[in-house]
Amino acid sequence: MSGRTLYRKLWDTHVVRDYGDGSALLYVDRHLLQETSTHQSFVGLREAGRVARRTETHLAVPDHGVPTTDRSAPIADGLAAAQVEALKVNARDFGIAHIDLDDARQGIVHVIGPERGFTLPGITLACGDSHTSTHGAFGALAFGIGASDCATVVATQCLVQQRAKTLEVRLEGRPGQWVGAKDYALALIGRHGTGFATGHAIEYRGRAVDAMTMAARMTLCNMSIEAGARVGMIAPDETTFAWLEGRPHAPRGKMWEHALDYWRTLPSDGDASYDRTIELDVEGLAPQVTWGTSPQDALSIEGRVPHPDDAPDRGEAERRRRALDYMGLAAGMALQDIVIDRAFIGSCTNGRIEDLRAAADVAQGRRVSSRVRAIVVPGSTGVKRQAEAEGLDRIFLDAGFEWRHSGCSMCVAMNADRLEAGERCASTSNRNFEGRQGRGGRTHLMSPAMAAAAAIAGHLVDVREMAS
Amino acid sequence: MTPFCRLRSHALPFLEDRVDTDVIFPARFLLLMQRGDMGRYFFHDRRIDPDGGAIDGNPFDDPRHAGAQIMLAGADFGSGSSREQAVWALTGFGIRCVIAESFGEIFAANCLRNGVLAIVQPRAVVERLAILESPLEIDLEAQTIGADGESIPFDIAPSHRERLLKGWDDIDLIMEHEGARIAVFEAQQRQVQPWLYGADA
Repeated sequence: MSGRTLYRKLWDTHVVRDYGDGSALLYVDRHLLQETSTHQSFVGLREAGRVARRTETHLAVPDHGVPTTDRSAPIADGLAAAQVEALKVNARDFGIAHIDLDDARQGIVHVIGPERGFTLPGITLACGDSHTSTHGAFGALAFGIGASDCATVVATQCLVQQRAKTLEVRLEGRPGQWVGAKDYALALIGRHGTGFATGHAIEYRGRAVDAMTMAARMTLCNMSIEAGARVGMIAPDETTFAWLEGRPHAPRGKMWEHALDYWRTLPSDGDASYDRTIELDVEGLAPQVTWGTSPQDALSIEGRVPHPDDAPDRGEAERRRRALDYMGLAAGMALQDIVIDRAFIGSCTNGRIEDLRAAADVAQGRRVSSRVRAIVVPGSTGVKRQAEAEGLDRIFLDAGFEWRHSGCSMCVAMNADRLEAGERCASTSNRNFEGRQGRGGRTHLMSPAMAAAAAIAGHLVDVREMAS
Repeated sequence: MTPFCRLRSHALPFLEDRVDTDVIFPARFLLLMQRGDMGRYFFHDRRIDPDGGAIDGNPFDDPRHAGAQIMLAGADFGSGSSREQAVWALTGFGIRCVIAESFGEIFAANCLRNGVLAIVQPRAVVERLAILESPLEIDLEAQTIGADGESIPFDIAPSHRERLLKGWDDIDLIMEHEGARIAVFEAQQRQVQPWLYGADA
């Protein structure tokens, strides 16, 4: 028998029943819940008189629609307040652990799951949010689900799932300064298209991955969904273990040693084969930014807005024309000439302490352009406090950035943090879709260092030149 | 869930590529908690301008497509966010079958959970269907699309097909048939990964 991949090992160890047609009933070890995707799940569970099968495997936290400004007053938006309250009531009624908005553990599901050690190697983890792929950075099989599936997980601890094909993404070489995980993710999607990994579970491997911090690995796995893959994973290694040890929900003492022994069996076997392999040499890679309304509209900051007629087919040419029109850009203009109104640093993609440190490195001793309103939204209250302990809040405030409470904020624009029609934003989030940051808003995706640099320059700019 | 067997309907063509779930159901409406009336938000920002007026020329409000239960779409339809509201808006609008070049995976899974048949066909076929004047006839049992006298076969996983044909609900199905297997699985897993069963798991 040939060796197995990390994905296949996790799949095999969680099959409750194999249906024989590529689908199986898969056991779900851990479930994260947020307020916008679970209310209907509980409506259905109540109607059918269901209870939670294993209450201790769930963790609920509000993040999507929560305000990031004042947290001392009640939530001003009645609809958001009702959803946050509904999550609390649903969690209480079903015996599920719940973290309140004013709790020091609050934050974006995909930031606090790892932070709490709720996310562990070797587990299956589901959440009603597509960026659940983030948790794959720990060698977990983690994927986003809809509200119906959230209910199914609560009631049965299982889901019917289709086994994915495997895609090995090899990242080789050493990156230059100011270039990292966000640039790798955008470069991969820019070169191969948003659908390149549809139907596949990605495993990121190679020397550039080995060298990455956990924060960077989470950024990379996070954007697997933008490549079409529900699952993006990295085999657990010493970096993973060092990061997890001592976290509140991580095993302790003898159990930790036991877990380590098990986790060390998870990496893909040497003779394992993948359905597909692609490679990216990160040596010499320039910082990436998007110009259009799909994450695949990513180019090096040194580039120019493309001409629709250069698209490979008619459908793509039409899509690009529509994107140019929506973005208010002309084909052929230099990306560095794109002038911005707003900057957003945060989200489950880039809201971790390492991300804020990188942005602060750029912001230190500089001023946000007078034409730009820039906000920094930590991914969790824990990240916020850590940043404040390091003095990063002072650096941002002195430079003219706003310093906010944690939440999804301007990545999904369900709270007051949103763009007005026609406003243009340098954003560290994951999606530049039409209307994503507010109706008519225009999003350019990039890394935290690049977004900070754009906020200061007032236009898209190569952070390598600004910071050198 | 309503079983899906046969469906005869005109099709609503919307062949843009990479239509994400933010376009199908804008995020700001995710704050609404009532599932009943979501059809009115289906492709909202392509149908209603910021002042509340109708946007001319959009296919969703074109009288020629009124009552369509089949939608034709491009590549990567429903990519992006996992919001099931996108599918509830689709069914609320009256659509029960989408034929596209490809689908976002979570969207396709959500379709299945809501009795919506998602069919993958090559672009050339979707484009051909889009210009037909006669209704399409979907036969899930036979796995065919009847189009102007032609019968076009489509693929679907046997377990998906059965779920749709019978209108099965996943929770009912799992609780009725798999309870013993789940208990056995948990007992075995507790031996191998006991840390997943701790008091503060």
